[in-house]
Amino acid sequence: MTTSKRFLWVLACVFMFSCNHLSEVQFQAEEGEELSAGQGTIFDTSENAFSLQIPTLSNEEGLLFFVGNSLFNQNWVTAPASTTARDGLGPLFNARSCSGCHFKDGRGRAPEFHGELNAGHLIRLSIPDPFNPSRTLPDPHYGGQLQDQAINGFGVPVEGGYEVDYLMMEGKFADGSSYELRKPMISFVNLKYGPMDAKVMTSPRVAPQMVGLGFLEAIPEADLLALADPEDRDNDGISGRPNYILQQDGQKAIGRFGWKANQQDLEHQVAGAFLGDMGITSDLKPSQNWPFGIDTENIPNGGEPEIDADDLQKVVLYSATLAVPARRNWQDPEVLKGKQIFMDAGCAGCHIPKFKTGTHPTIDGLSHQVIRPFTDLLLHDMGEGLADGRPDHEANGQEWRTPPLWGIGLFAAVNDHTFYLHDGRARNLSEAILWHGGEAEESKNQFVAMSSDDRQSLLQFLNSL
Amino acid sequence: MFTLKTFTRKGALCLMLSTAMLTFSCSDNVEIPANEELDKLQLTVVEDYAKLVHANYDNALQDALALQTAINTFVMDPTQAHLDAAKTAWLASRESYGPSEAFRFYAGPIDDDNGPEGNLNAWPLDEAYIDYVVEGETVYANGIVNMPEEYPTITAQLLTDLNEDGGEENVSLGYHALEFLLWGQDLTAPEEKLAGQRPLTDFTTDQFASRRLDYLKVTTEILIADLQGLVADWSPTSGGNYYASFVSELPATSLKNIFTGIGILAKAELAGERIFTAYDNKNQEDEHSCFSDNTHRDIILNAEGLSNVFYGKYKGTDGKEISGKGIYDLLKITDPALAEQVSTQVTTALEKVNAMPVPFDFAISDEASRPKVLEAVVELQQLGDEFAAAASALDITINTALPE
Repeated sequence: MTTSKRFLWVLACVFMFSCNHLSEVQFQAEEGEELSAGQGTIFDTSENAFSLQIPTLSNEEGLLFFVGNSLFNQNWVTAPASTTARDGLGPLFNARSCSGCHFKDGRGRAPEFHGELNAGHLIRLSIPDPFNPSRTLPDPHYGGQLQDQAINGFGVPVEGGYEVDYLMMEGKFADGSSYELRKPMISFVNLKYGPMDAKVMTSPRVAPQMVGLGFLEAIPEADLLALADPEDRDNDGISGRPNYILQQDGQKAIGRFGWKANQQDLEHQVAGAFLGDMGITSDLKPSQNWPFGIDTENIPNGGEPEIDADDLQKVVLYSATLAVPARRNWQDPEVLKGKQIFMDAGCAGCHIPKFKTGTHPTIDGLSHQVIRPFTDLLLHDMGEGLADGRPDHEANGQEWRTPPLWGIGLFAAVNDHTFYLHDGRARNLSEAILWHGGEAEESKNQFVAMSSDDRQSLLQFLNSL
Repeated sequence: MFTLKTFTRKGALCLMLSTAMLTFSCSDNVEIPANEELDKLQLTVVEDYAKLVHANYDNALQDALALQTAINTFVMDPTQAHLDAAKTAWLASRESYGPSEAFRFYAGPIDDDNGPEGNLNAWPLDEAYIDYVVEGETVYANGIVNMPEEYPTITAQLLTDLNEDGGEENVSLGYHALEFLLWGQDLTAPEEKLAGQRPLTDFTTDQFASRRLDYLKVTTEILIADLQGLVADWSPTSGGNYYASFVSELPATSLKNIFTGIGILAKAELAGERIFTAYDNKNQEDEHSCFSDNTHRDIILNAEGLSNVFYGKYKGTDGKEISGKGIYDLLKITDPALAEQVSTQVTTALEKVNAMPVPFDFAISDEASRPKVLEAVVELQQLGDEFAAAASALDITINTALPE
């Protein structure tokens, strides 16, 4: 071989490699793509996948995490009790412990039969405010949510129960294969405090998985606001907007947590859940949900407040620092193809793949991490099919917050089910996509039009999250 | 990735050339000669560990069988003497089970997807799920024992189905369920230093007496079956079991599991979950064996389990001894200074857990005793960190966080 020929060879090599590189680039994994939450990522696919602390906690935070865990896991009891650290349950409640609904720090589901308790599902209630059409009020007898349990022995009836029936609906993909969706229909039974208000609005909710919440709290507000496009000025059909919570000082805070982003931070979320779901008061939520029309004189309480500020903060720390499991199979060609389909179909318009967190106010391990939550934390009109018709702060009855998708492939491993969406109506990821409407209608239509292979690739990608 | 179809012969040659170049650039580094001594010792450590695990579970099984004999005697003839004998046997059975907790946390037979850990040793339990509890003046009797209409017969299937049903604390099985049935709630003040005082009449004249006896018997049967399973999984002689795969894995894989078990137990489970949580809450509900006031033994035995694994040595309650090679011996080759440092830390941690006042509920509530509890926490955390450092010295990365 002459020198010039050898040169040509080398040139050809270089050319070929770069060529191939270009054609392959869209199906390549990004550097570090498997790390869902930067250094807050853990590698566990067992039933404990949602239950590990982030590896970057200080030794002191690590210890407090365990205390928070004990307060999260263990049953609260009726006051007065020898276990003064954990008394004050009720009088009305939905669960005796946080883990009753967030079992294994994971995902709840709708009850499978009437009366099944602690599946991780509840019904929110409200009525229109007659004096202010943009606001809502709790139901006069049943409050902001139906509590289906009550303490024993103090003459406090359970508020009532509910049944979930499903309306089955059939549809077809463009390739002719059919699918079936189920729409939940809620009916109340055994209501013990009289009828609900004639204008009551109801909204069933499942308990979401707990992973990565502190990272969501640490996304800079400006980055979220930059994604908002309420007037859809870019004409992509997607017009996300933040929910805003009016605080006691009159300032508005951007909502981040809850199915309608109705809580501004984890402290409020946790305090709200303690009160609403377990009947436990805190400094942030000091007013008990008393049962309607019952003499409350003799009903015991577990102190004022029932969970002290210190303990509440430990549960907040715990809730903020549950690590996010790493992606699985992220380099699998089919998963990579599915990722491309996810992008091409516009899913990433709301399910924003990547952020960098700012400085978390209290926990260093949450700061300055590249995270991959697949959410924008903004409200989107999801169409009539999913609508609950129940406004929540500035969210209207058709809007929902984009839920994060990290961890959604592990529900089966952690919680033995694959139910998705705010009320668990979707029995698998395909159904979850098919329920998308409103701003996501176009993406859904693309899904329906896809070949079976492409749909499978997309689902494989989602299952790798 | 390239697909084969796109290759031309020239392309394939290109790839070969570039692979060759890559290989050359890699081998610029001086090749470290394989350390045969270390390789061989790694295999020995893994094998000795596996034998130690088997000996420990076998010891636990023997003590559980003795417990079963005592419980069956009590069930047939429920006298105070037989109740006391059953309690003594329960305490004895914990002596051999305790050290075995150093074998958890890497999805081995004890806690893989079907592992019996949740059946054997789950805690804390909501005792009201099992039997009546007293809170102040009020007696709540909504437990499995107290509901003959819903659960007419207490069977293994029933208790297994109900275990952790509807909540992580709804524990119906295991050592601590037995403990609650034998001792009852510890309702006395910690400074009285008394365990639970369940009256004998709960097993004789009480309306649910026979159900309690059934419960004891059935729970013990399940305990035995689960321990038998573990012994079989780790049997060095039966072949085709977990032992066989554990010793034939790459040593690095099995060593990672070994380190993970002791790292998590030291730093997270023992320091955090079992000691600090109870310390911080000042709450008996958070102590491991709160009914029998045996928590101090649980803690010491767990710490001894760490030591056993570190040195590769085991001495059973039956006097049987294993004297193998452990992590300590590996470290002595790769990093002798670290070997001595971790060894010193093992000693310190053992001293501190032994120095905690007894019983544990007194130790966490008595202001003069509390600092000693915190010292144990700090030294166990430090030990967990040093186990992780020791793993790194052997090119193994472990995470000492605990699944909650």
